[in-house]
Amino acid sequence: MSAQGIKRWLRRNVLASPVHRFGWASLLLLIALAVAPTKDFFNEWRHYQRKYRKFISTRPDSAALQHHFTGGIQQVWLPELGVVDRCTTCHVAVTEKNLQNAAYVPEPFRAHPPVGHNVKDWGCAICHRGQGPATEVAEAHSTTHAWEEPILPARYLESSCGQCHRDSLTGTPQLNLGRNLLGRYGCVHCHSIKLADGSAVQPTDDPPSLAHIADKTTREWIYAWLKDPQSYAVSATMPNYKLTDEDARDISAFLMANSTPVEGDTAPISGGKAVDPAAGASLYGLSFCASCHAVQNAAGNVVGGDVGPELTKIGSKVKPEWLQVWLRNPRIYAPETAMPHYRFTEPQVSLLTAYLGNKTDTDLLANVHLDAATPEQIAHGKRLATEYGCAACHEINGIKKPDNFAPELTRIGSKPLVQISFLPGMKHSTPDYIATKIRQPRAFGSGTKMPQYSLAPAQIDALTTALLALTDRAHDLPFALTVPAKAPSNYQPAGKAGKLMADLACFSCHAINGRGGDMAPDLTWEGSSVQRPWLQAFLKNPGTLRPALIRRMPQFNLSESDINELTDYIMTVYQTPAFDRDAFAGGSFAGGAMPAEVEQGRQLFYSKYGCQGCHIVDTKADKGYVGPTLTQVGSRLTAAWIYHWLKNPQSLQPGTLEPNRNMSDEDAHALTAFLMTQKGSGKQGAKK
Amino acid sequence: MTRYWRTLLAAGLALATAGCTRKPAPAAALKPTGFGAALVESSGGKQAGAIGTALAQPVIVQVNDEQGTAVAGALVSFTGPVGVGFDPASGLTDSSGQLSTNVALGSMSGRYQLIAHTATKAQKPVELKIEEIALGYQEQLGFQLNNKYCASCHDPESTPERVSNYDNLEVKPHPFTEGDTLNKISDDDLTAIIGHGGPALNRSALMPPYGYTLSKAEIEALISYIRVVSDPPYRPAGLVYARK
Repeated sequence: MSAQGIKRWLRRNVLASPVHRFGWASLLLLIALAVAPTKDFFNEWRHYQRKYRKFISTRPDSAALQHHFTGGIQQVWLPELGVVDRCTTCHVAVTEKNLQNAAYVPEPFRAHPPVGHNVKDWGCAICHRGQGPATEVAEAHSTTHAWEEPILPARYLESSCGQCHRDSLTGTPQLNLGRNLLGRYGCVHCHSIKLADGSAVQPTDDPPSLAHIADKTTREWIYAWLKDPQSYAVSATMPNYKLTDEDARDISAFLMANSTPVEGDTAPISGGKAVDPAAGASLYGLSFCASCHAVQNAAGNVVGGDVGPELTKIGSKVKPEWLQVWLRNPRIYAPETAMPHYRFTEPQVSLLTAYLGNKTDTDLLANVHLDAATPEQIAHGKRLATEYGCAACHEINGIKKPDNFAPELTRIGSKPLVQISFLPGMKHSTPDYIATKIRQPRAFGSGTKMPQYSLAPAQIDALTTALLALTDRAHDLPFALTVPAKAPSNYQPAGKAGKLMADLACFSCHAINGRGGDMAPDLTWEGSSVQRPWLQAFLKNPGTLRPALIRRMPQFNLSESDINELTDYIMTVYQTPAFDRDAFAGGSFAGGAMPAEVEQGRQLFYSKYGCQGCHIVDTKADKGYVGPTLTQVGSRLTAAWIYHWLKNPQSLQPGTLEPNRNMSDEDAHALTAFLMTQKGSGKQGAKK
Repeated sequence: MTRYWRTLLAAGLALATAGCTRKPAPAAALKPTGFGAALVESSGGKQAGAIGTALAQPVIVQVNDEQGTAVAGALVSFTGPVGVGFDPASGLTDSSGQLSTNVALGSMSGRYQLIAHTATKAQKPVELKIEEIALGYQEQLGFQLNNKYCASCHDPESTPERVSNYDNLEVKPHPFTEGDTLNKISDDDLTAIIGHGGPALNRSALMPPYGYTLSKAEIEALISYIRVVSDPPYRPAGLVYARK
C-alpha cells in the first residue's frame, strides 16, 4: 500500500467522523494504559511466585505452606541500618522449616539454613549483600551500573557478621582467624585500621628491635634473612621483600653499622667445654621451651608453640655470646620480651647455649660472602630501609617510625570499584581484589612496596573476610546496634610481686583479670581456689595436674623469698567475692569428716555423676584423662572452692569444660567431703 | 565502512572463540610423561570445612602403576559438583607420584564428592572418588562445640594437642561418624542424651548432662554436626503423603 493509500484508508475509516475519531483515540489510549499492567504481570517476581504456588500444590503440606504464603512484593525495612530488602518476594519460603532439604526443594524456594538471627526480621541483603530493593534477578544479585555491591561469595560470608559483632563469635572461626592474623602478621604496623569505637586494631607480633642487632647476629645472617626469611624458618611471619643482592647487601650493611651495643651483652662465653648434647635436649624439654618455640622436625612439620620464634636453625643465626646472656636474663636485651627470666644456673646456661648453638644449617650461609661495607652502601641501605618502611615494624636507630606508611584500611570493605586498579583479566569485585592483593601484592606493578607474605590459602581467605567486614556500615552503625568487643585489659599487678610477675612473664601464659595468654589456667581467683602450702610447693617445683598434657609450667629456680612474695600476693589479692575461702575450713572437712558423708560422696562420684570418666582419684582403677587428676585435690584446693565449683563451674571460670550438673546442695556437700579426703602422699603433693 | 565491518567481524569471531574456549583444556598445556594404573588417596579426604572456604589441608592423591609403584609425571585432573574450586584443577604428579590441590567447597552444606581423574597409557580413564563435608553456619557452630566438649571422649583419634580419652572409658562412646547407630537415634532422643546425660535414655552415666551448660540452640547445632558427619549419611524421614 502506498502512502497515498494509507492516507485514503485513514480518512475513510478512522477520521471519517468525530465518533470514529473518538473511538479510535480511546482504543489507542486503552492500549497505552495497558502497557504498564502487562509489564507488571510478566514481572520476574510474579513468575517465581506462580512457580512457588505450583510447587507447593504438589506437596502433602501444601495447605500449611499456602496458609503462610502472602503474594505481592514483600519487604523488610530496617531504617536504623538503612536496609530495604525485597529478597523474600522471590525467596518466598526462607523461613519454611519443611523446605530446607536441598535435594527436594529447587531454588529460589529453599528455606534458609538455621542461623543465629531470624531471617524474617533481618532479610537477606544485610548478610549476603547485593541490592536489597531490587525485584529482578540480575539487579538483585550482580553488579549493575547503579549498584556496585554484588552478592558476597559464600567463602567470605562471615565478614557480614563482623560488621555488627565486634567481638569474636563461636560461629565465625574464619572471621576470628582473620582478625587475629591482622595483628599477628603485623598488617596494622603499616595499614592503620580504625574501629568505630575510636580504637584501632593493634599488632600482636612484637617485631624485634634492630637497635642492637650487631650484638645478636652476623651481617651474613641478616643478608640471608632479608633475601628469604622462610629459608631460615618456614614459620617466619616476616614477608619477603624480593630484594636484589645489592639491596640486601646494603640494608644489612646499614643495620650493622647502625647498631649500638647493649652493656654486658657481649661478655665472653663461659664454660666452653664440650657438653653432652643429650643433657642439653633434656634441659630444653624440661624447661618447656617447646611450649612457645617451634622446631621443624625431620618430616618437615613445625612442632611447638608460636609465642616465640622458631628455633630450627637458631645456631646459624645468633652469636653464642649473645645467646648466653639472653638465656641468663632476656630482659637485658629486650626489657618487654614475652620470654620469662628463667633463673638458670650457670651450668644450665652453658648447656642450653651449646645445645641451641648446634641447631645449625650449613647451607644457609654457605654462599653468602660480603665484603666490608662502604659508606655509600651504608647510606644506600639507610635510604632503602626508609623506603621499604622497615621502621614501621622494627625499632631502628636513626629512622623514625613512619605514620600511615601504607593506605588506611578502615573502610576497605566499601571501597568504590572506580578507585581500585584491577589487574587485566581479573574479576572486578572488592573480594577478588583484596584476596589477590594479599596473595600476590607484587603482581600489581613492580613499584608496589607491599612485600610477599607466605600465607596459606585458608589464611588469605580469613584475612579477606576480616577486611571485608570493614565497611561503611560497620563504621557508621549506631553504637547501640553493635555487639561491642570486650575492652582490652591492661591490668598490672602491684608492688614487688608485680615486678616479679613481669620478670617471670606470667602473662605470656596465664590470664589474670582479663589480661594474658590462654596457654595456662586463668589465675584471677587462684587465691580462693588453692591452699597456701600447695601453691608454695608448686612454685618451687611445678608438676602437671593433667595426665595427658604435654605442657606444664617450667621450673624457674625461684628463691624462697620470691616464692613467699608470690604466694602472699596470690593468696591475698586473687580472691573471688562470690564466697569466703575459709567458709568450710574447720568444721566437718577439717580432720575426720563424717565417714558416712564421705562414703556417700564416693558413691556419687563413681555412680551417679560418673566423675571417673574424666578424672582420676584412684590411680589404679580410674583412667579419666580429660580433667585434672584429683589424687591430691584435698591438699590442693579449698573445700569452699570445690563446693562452689561443683555447684556451678562456669560461674567461677567462664567457658570451662566441666559441665554444670545442677547439683543439689547435699550432693555437692558429700562430694566435697569425699574429695577433701584425697590428700595424696605428702611428697606427691609437691611433685607428682 | 568495510574496515568497520571487518573489525566488528573480527571482534565477533574473537568473542565466539573465547566463548568456546572458556574452559581451556588443561591437557593441552600439560603433557603427561608417565602413566599409572591406579589412583589412591594420600591424604585430605573426609575433611570438614566451612561452606565456600578452602579446606584446611590440601587433597593429595597418588598415581601408582600395576605394581603399586608411584608414577611421576602422570596427569591428574580434579572435578567436583557446582561451586567446588580446585587450585590447581589439574597437574602432573611429582617425583613421589603425588599431586596436591587446594579445595574450596561450594556454598551449600553437606557432602561433596570430588573425583580425581587420570588415564592409563592406553587412554583408559581411571577415577578416584574423594568425599569432603561442607559445614553451614549451624554445623560449623556444632563442629566448634564438638571440638571443645565432645571430641575428647567421642573421637578415638589422638593428636599431639589432645590425647583421646576414648580408650580410658569403660563404656565406649559412639564416634560421631558411626552412622549405623546414630542415624537410628531420633533428634529428640539425642537432645535428651546431650541435655540430661546418658542415664536419661538408660545409657552410661559417664556421659554427663550438658543441659545446664549449653543452650538449646547449641545442642541443636551439635546435633546438626553429628548428622552431617555420620557415615553412612543421615537421611531424615521425609514427609508422609496422606491418602486423599
